[in-house]
Amino acid sequence: MIKVRIPPVLRDVVDGARQLEVEGATVGEALDALFARFPVLRERLTTDGQLSAFVNVYVNADDVRHREGLATALGATDTVILLPAMAGGSR
Amino acid sequence: MTIVAPNAPTITPSFVPGFAGLRCAACGTPAPHGPRFVCDRCFGPLEATYDYAGIAESLSHETIAERPRALWRYAELLPIEEPPADGLAVGYSPLVSAPRLAVRLGLRHLWIKDDSRNPTLSFKDRNVAIAADRARQFGFHTLACASTGNLAASVAATAAVNGMRAVVLVPADLEPAKIAQAEALGARVARIDGPYDVVNRLCLELTDDFDGWAVVNVNLRPFYSEGSKTVAFEIAEQLNWQAPDVVIAPIASGSLYTKLRRGFDEFASVGLIEASPTRYVGGQPAGCAPVATAFATDSDTINPVSRPDTIVRSLAIGSPADGLRSLALARATGGSIEAVEDVDTIAAIRLLAETEGILTETAGGVTIAALRSAVERGVVGTDDEVVAVITGNGLKTLDAIVDGPARDVIEPSLDAFAAWAAHEGVS
Repeated sequence: MIKVRIPPVLRDVVDGARQLEVEGATVGEALDALFARFPVLRERLTTDGQLSAFVNVYVNADDVRHREGLATALGATDTVILLPAMAGGSR
Repeated sequence: MTIVAPNAPTITPSFVPGFAGLRCAACGTPAPHGPRFVCDRCFGPLEATYDYAGIAESLSHETIAERPRALWRYAELLPIEEPPADGLAVGYSPLVSAPRLAVRLGLRHLWIKDDSRNPTLSFKDRNVAIAADRARQFGFHTLACASTGNLAASVAATAAVNGMRAVVLVPADLEPAKIAQAEALGARVARIDGPYDVVNRLCLELTDDFDGWAVVNVNLRPFYSEGSKTVAFEIAEQLNWQAPDVVIAPIASGSLYTKLRRGFDEFASVGLIEASPTRYVGGQPAGCAPVATAFATDSDTINPVSRPDTIVRSLAIGSPADGLRSLALARATGGSIEAVEDVDTIAAIRLLAETEGILTETAGGVTIAALRSAVERGVVGTDDEVVAVITGNGLKTLDAIVDGPARDVIEPSLDAFAAWAAHEGVS
C-alpha cells in the first residue's frame, strides 16, 4: 500500500484524513485509486483528465516532474505528497 | 496631524482602509480572511482585492505628499486594516538618475530604483513588513520562511522588532555572509540539504504541523507578495506621477516582476497616474532560467530546473511560482525575459558600481545585464524612460566579484607606495 499525504486544503473532502493508503505501482495509478475513492478530489484536482497546474506531486522528496511524471514507479515504502503549486504551476 | 520622523509609520487621519479581502486569482471565489494562500475550490492562488472606487475618492497626490516617506505611504493599496505603529524603516528608497551608466548602455533616460538600501539591504523588507503585521493580527508567534538569503535576513530583523521568534530555512550551500546576517539578526537558521525548491516544499509541509508559525512566503503569501507593489508606487511618485516606458527587474519566483505591473495598474485604477503601455523586462541567470527559456522558445510551458547552477543564488528558483504570469507579462507588454551568463552578471555589477557608485548583489548584476541585452534586442529604445530595480546590496555577495589572490601588503614608505601606484597605473 502506498501512503498519500493530503494537504490541509483538501482534507474536508477526505473526512479530515492527513494521510491515506492506496494501491498503485505508479503515481498515476495511486492517484486514480485515490480519485476512485473520493470523486470530489478528481473534480478539484483534474481538468479534462489532466492534473491541475495548481498541484505539485512529490514522491518522498522528489517532484515527479523531475522524475517520470505520473509514470513514476512507486515502492512499498514511498509516500506520495500532494501540495499546492502556490501559483501558476507549469502549464 | 503628521508625524515627520522618517521611521515612524503613523500616517495622517486621512487613511481609510482599501483592502477588500482575499479571492482566488484563478476562479474568482472569495476566500475567508485568514492565513490562507490556496483556493478551496480549485487549488489556485489567492490574491488580495481592493475597493478601487473608494480609494480613488480618498487618495490624492496631496494626501500622499503629507505622509512620511515610508512603506505605509500607500497603505490604502496594501492588505492591512491600519498601518502598524512600529517596525523597521522600510521603503521610499532612492530613485537615482544614472546618466553615466545610461551612456554606456546607449540610453538617455535611465533611473536606478535602489532597494539595496532597505533596513536589511534588500527589497524583501517591504514584503515582510506586511506579513509581520498580519502574522501578529492572526496570533502567530514565529515568523518563518524559505529563503535564498535576502528574505531570511528580513524575517530575522522584522521578527526582532515585532517581538516574534524567527526561524529561517535555507539551502545548505547558501553564501556564508547571508547566513551570518540572518543569525546575527537573531534568527535560527535551518540549513536544508537541497536547492531552494526543496526547501520551499518543506516549508509548505511544515505549515501543517507547526502551530503558530507564519511562513511568510507560504501561508501569508497573498499578503506578503503585495509589498512589492510599493516599489512601483514609489517609482511613479518619484517620476512625478507617471509610469516609465520600461521597467527591468530580476525574476526569481516572478512575484516582484508581476507585482510591479500590478502596482502601476492600480495607481492608474485609482486615478493617481495615467494608464500607460509600460514594457516589462525580466532577467534570469542562464544557469536557472526556466522563464527566460520559455520566452526564448515561444513556449507556453515552463519546465522546472531541477538543479540550478549559477552564482546568482538569490534567483536560483527552479520552479517559479509566478513563472507563467511573468511570461504572459513580458509578451503582453512587448517586453522580454533575458538569460544572463554569470560572467556577464559580474561585469554588470562592476559596471554599475564604477559608473554610478552603487554596489549591488548578483541579482542586481543580472538586472543590469538583462537591460543591456534588451537594448541590443531592440526591446528598449534609446529615448525610453527606463527604470532598473536594484533589489539587493552587493555586500551580501562579495565573494562573487572578488577575484585573484590576496593582495600584497605595501611597505609604509613613499617609494614603495609610488611603485605600487605605478604598477596599478594610477600615478
